Amino acid sequence: MFKRITFLPLTIVFAVSVLFAIYLWQIGPGGKDISTLPSAMIDKPVPEFDLAPIEGRKLGLKSGDLKSGLSLVNVWASWCPPCRVEHPFLMELAEKGVTIYGINYRDKPADALRFLRNLGDPYKRIGADTTGRVSIEWGIYGYPETFLVDQTGRIRYRHVGPISSEVIENVFDSLMEKISKK
Amino acid sequence: MKTVIFLLFFLVTPALAIQPDEILEDKVLEERARVISKELRCLVCQNQSIDDSDAPLAKDLRVLVRERLQAGESDEKVIEFVADRYGDFVLLRPPVKASTLTLWISPIVILIVGVIFLLMRFRKQEKNMPVKVPPLSSEETKKLEAALGEDKR
Repeated sequence: MFKRITFLPLTIVFAVSVLFAIYLWQIGPGGKDISTLPSAMIDKPVPEFDLAPIEGRKLGLKSGDLKSGLSLVNVWASWCPPCRVEHPFLMELAEKGVTIYGINYRDKPADALRFLRNLGDPYKRIGADTTGRVSIEWGIYGYPETFLVDQTGRIRYRHVGPISSEVIENVFDSLMEKISKK
Repeated sequence: MKTVIFLLFFLVTPALAIQPDEILEDKVLEERARVISKELRCLVCQNQSIDDSDAPLAKDLRVLVRERLQAGESDEKVIEFVADRYGDFVLLRPPVKASTLTLWISPIVILIVGVIFLLMRFRKQEKNMPVKVPPLSSEETKKLEAALGEDKR
């Protein structure tokens, strides 16, 4: 004969296992990425900054440039492999007429220019963040990161990691449509 | 010789992430910077503070913390500056807020539940104890002592 107390520890272990299983499922097949954090910058105006162009280019990037219409701000570097992965998608977006600005993070001008020469240049303007200071102002911790900035210069969305056709279809397209309708 | 080599191992300290050129000349400011750095999470390696991490972002943040201190900002203001941009996750000690209440209260709740559970068990055990045994009579005591005495011999 079992007393009720015998089952209590078993029940607790079972409940905890189920909880762990749910979490495991979420980060595995559930596709939840626990390394991405919610941005503290969402719905805030873009930080004040004024970046010089990459040496050898004409147009730099400053906060005022981001108030002229809906745009994407992409933080990239030539040494960052995922940036290479996402680059064709940025090219595609630029061809569709999306305004993309770049922040070139801690890069050597020659390397950055070669990157653009070889893979194409989807950026309307690029600011060179040689010290990483402006990236801190944006709350950036992974590369690449892509922000959606609305016409008033407010950050509406942030994507950490390379963008892909899924991200464009599932997130950016609908968001951009929603924002530009207003 | 072997002992000397062995003893030398005790002089080994963990490598510091902080670079010599980052360290401020002002000892008081540097000490404050170190304390703040230990409170801020490095978002690249997530389980290290920026004081422990070698990641470039951690270095940038360390330098930033020092610059703001040199500009005369208070410790709280510096931490607030970073938290405003990176969110509460950057704080290694989460603030008490509505959203973090579970985090702060659950250990206390679990402790209380545990204590109640133990008290209930003790009480149950006391109830189940057999009837109190009456003390030995003087005759029995004598018998017992005699028996023990035999053993001693």
